[in-house]
Amino acid sequence: MIEQTVVDPRHLFFDAPKETEFITGSEAVREAIRRANVDMAISYPITPQSESMHLVGDLFAEGYIKEYFRGENEFAVMSSVAGAAMGGVRVFTATGGPGTLRAFENFSTWAGARLPIVCAFMTRGVNSPLTIQPDTIEMASMLDTGIMMLHAETAQDLHDMILRAFMIAEKTDVHIPVGVFVDGFFVTHTRDKVDIAPKNIKLPPYNPYSAPVPVMDMENVPFRQMRDPFVMKSNFISYAAHASWQQEVLAAAERSRKYIDQYLGGLIETENQDAEIMLVTSGTAVSQSREAMAMARAEGLNVGLVKIKSIRPFPEEEIKKIARNAKAVIVPEFNRVGWLAREIKSVVEDTTKVVAGPRVFGGMTMPPELILDEIRRCSV
Amino acid sequence: MSLTDYRVLAGPEGYLPPAAATQGITLPEKGGALVEGKVVLGTYAMEQIAEKLLNAKNPVFFPGPLLLWAWKEGVAEKAKALKEMAEAAGAKIIPMPDYRPKYPMINPDIEINPNHPNLTIWHNKIDVCVFAGVHCHYANVALKIIRGGTDCYTIALCGEAGHEDAMISLRDVGLSELQQLTEIIKQKKEGAK
Repeated sequence: MIEQTVVDPRHLFFDAPKETEFITGSEAVREAIRRANVDMAISYPITPQSESMHLVGDLFAEGYIKEYFRGENEFAVMSSVAGAAMGGVRVFTATGGPGTLRAFENFSTWAGARLPIVCAFMTRGVNSPLTIQPDTIEMASMLDTGIMMLHAETAQDLHDMILRAFMIAEKTDVHIPVGVFVDGFFVTHTRDKVDIAPKNIKLPPYNPYSAPVPVMDMENVPFRQMRDPFVMKSNFISYAAHASWQQEVLAAAERSRKYIDQYLGGLIETENQDAEIMLVTSGTAVSQSREAMAMARAEGLNVGLVKIKSIRPFPEEEIKKIARNAKAVIVPEFNRVGWLAREIKSVVEDTTKVVAGPRVFGGMTMPPELILDEIRRCSV
Repeated sequence: MSLTDYRVLAGPEGYLPPAAATQGITLPEKGGALVEGKVVLGTYAMEQIAEKLLNAKNPVFFPGPLLLWAWKEGVAEKAKALKEMAEAAGAKIIPMPDYRPKYPMINPDIEINPNHPNLTIWHNKIDVCVFAGVHCHYANVALKIIRGGTDCYTIALCGEAGHEDAMISLRDVGLSELQQLTEIIKQKKEGAK
C-alpha cells in the first residue's frame, strides 16, 4: 500500500494547502478517493459513470485501495457493497441512470441496515426511448429510499462532497448511506479547475465499533433482519418494531444536518437572498441560473439565487424562509417531471409563488436566456 | 404544535409516537445532556437521573451487549461500575443480551428485547429504566416503543452521541462518568436519610 499520513478531516478539507488542477469530474472523483482512505471499491460500467470507477481501479493498482473488483451487474455491485459495509470496511462505488434503477432495491436496504456507504451517481436519462444523455430524472426515484442525497454543481463540489460524505455518513448518530449526485457529462466529462489537498494525506479510517448497529453477525440483525423477522411475522409487535426502525432511519438523516453545516457550510448557498425573484435549484442548473441572474441584474431586475446542496435531508426551513420574502420562486431543472419544484412546493407557505420551470431533458442544454425569459415574466 | 414545543415525556404517548429527532429535538454537544428534550449540562442531568432512580418504585437497568461481553479492554470495568450503580440505586438488572427478535416471545422475567421492550416493562411493572451498553440504533427503536405504549420513564447512558428518544440521556459515558453518577446517587441517598 502507498504510504499516506492520516490527518484530521478538517485539516484535509479546510487547512491543508491546495493545488489547483484542471481536470474532469471523473478525475475529481479519483482524487477524492485517493485521499479518502477507502478500503474497498466495487465497479460496474455504465455511461457516464464508467470512467470514474475505471480511474478508481487505477488507484487500486497504485496501492491506494486494499480491494477492488468488477461486479456482475449493478444489483450485484450494490449488494456486494452492502456486504463490505456490514463487514466493517469503508467502501465506495458509483453508477448512474439505468444502473441506478437496476440496483434500486439495494438503496433502501442500505439505509435500513444503517450502512455508511458512499456512492456517486452520475445522472443520465432513463426514459424510453433510451438515452445516455444528461438528465436528473433518476433522482426523483431516489428521494424516499432513506439515503442522504447531495447534489454537486461542479467538479470541485463533486470532489469535496465525496470526501466529506464519508465523514458525515460514518458519524454514529447518522450512519446511513450518502449518495453524491452529479449531472453526467456536464460535470463528469468536462474539465474544470479543482483545488486539491496533497496526495500524501488521507482521512482517518472508519471505526465500525462505534456504529449504531453491530458489525455483521450471523446471529444478529441487521443480517438476520433481512432474511427472517420482521418480514415473516404477522403480528402487531413486528409491525411496531419495523415502524420504529423506519422512524430511526429518518431520524438519522435529520441528525446529519449539523454535520452538513460543519463540513459543507450548510444545506444551501445563497446569493442576493433578499431579492424579489429567487432562482432556486440544484446541480448544474445552478450554473445556468447564476448566468441568468447576472443577465437579469444587468437589466436592473432584482434577482437572487439559492443553490440547494442537500436534497435529503431537504432544507425545509431555509427554503420556507427565503420564499416568504420573495415575489416568485423559479425552479429550473434538467428533467421532465420537475421533482425539485414538487419538493419546494411541499415546504413553502404560498405554492402559487413557485414557477415549476423552465425544464429541459433528454440531454438538452439549458440556455440562460430560457431562465431570463421566466425572470422577465415574473418581474412584470 | 411547532417543532420546538415537542417534549420527550413518559407515555403512553400513543399508537406510533414520532422519532424525537424529527420533532426538532437535537442531540447535545460534548459536555451536554438531554432532559425531556431540552439540552442541559451533563452534571444537571446526572442529578435528575439520581432523583428519578431513588424515587422510583421499581427501577431496572437494561445492560446491552456492549457491556455484557468483555469484547475489548475496559468493558469489564465499566460493567462492574454499572452493577455498582444499580446496587446503589436499589435497582434490578434485566439484560438485553442480543437484538434478534424472538418468537413466540421472550421470557420477560429474565430479559428484554429491543423489538418488544414493552412486554418486559409491563410484565415487571417497571416505572424507571436505564439503558446502557445498547447499540444506538436498537436503543432508539426500543425507546420509542416504550414511550408509545408504557408509562415508564427512560434514561439512556450512551457511550456515543446520546438519544433524543430517552427522557434523560447522557452522552460519551465512560468509566469515570459511571462512577461519578454512582457517587451522586449515593450522596442523594445518604442525604435523604
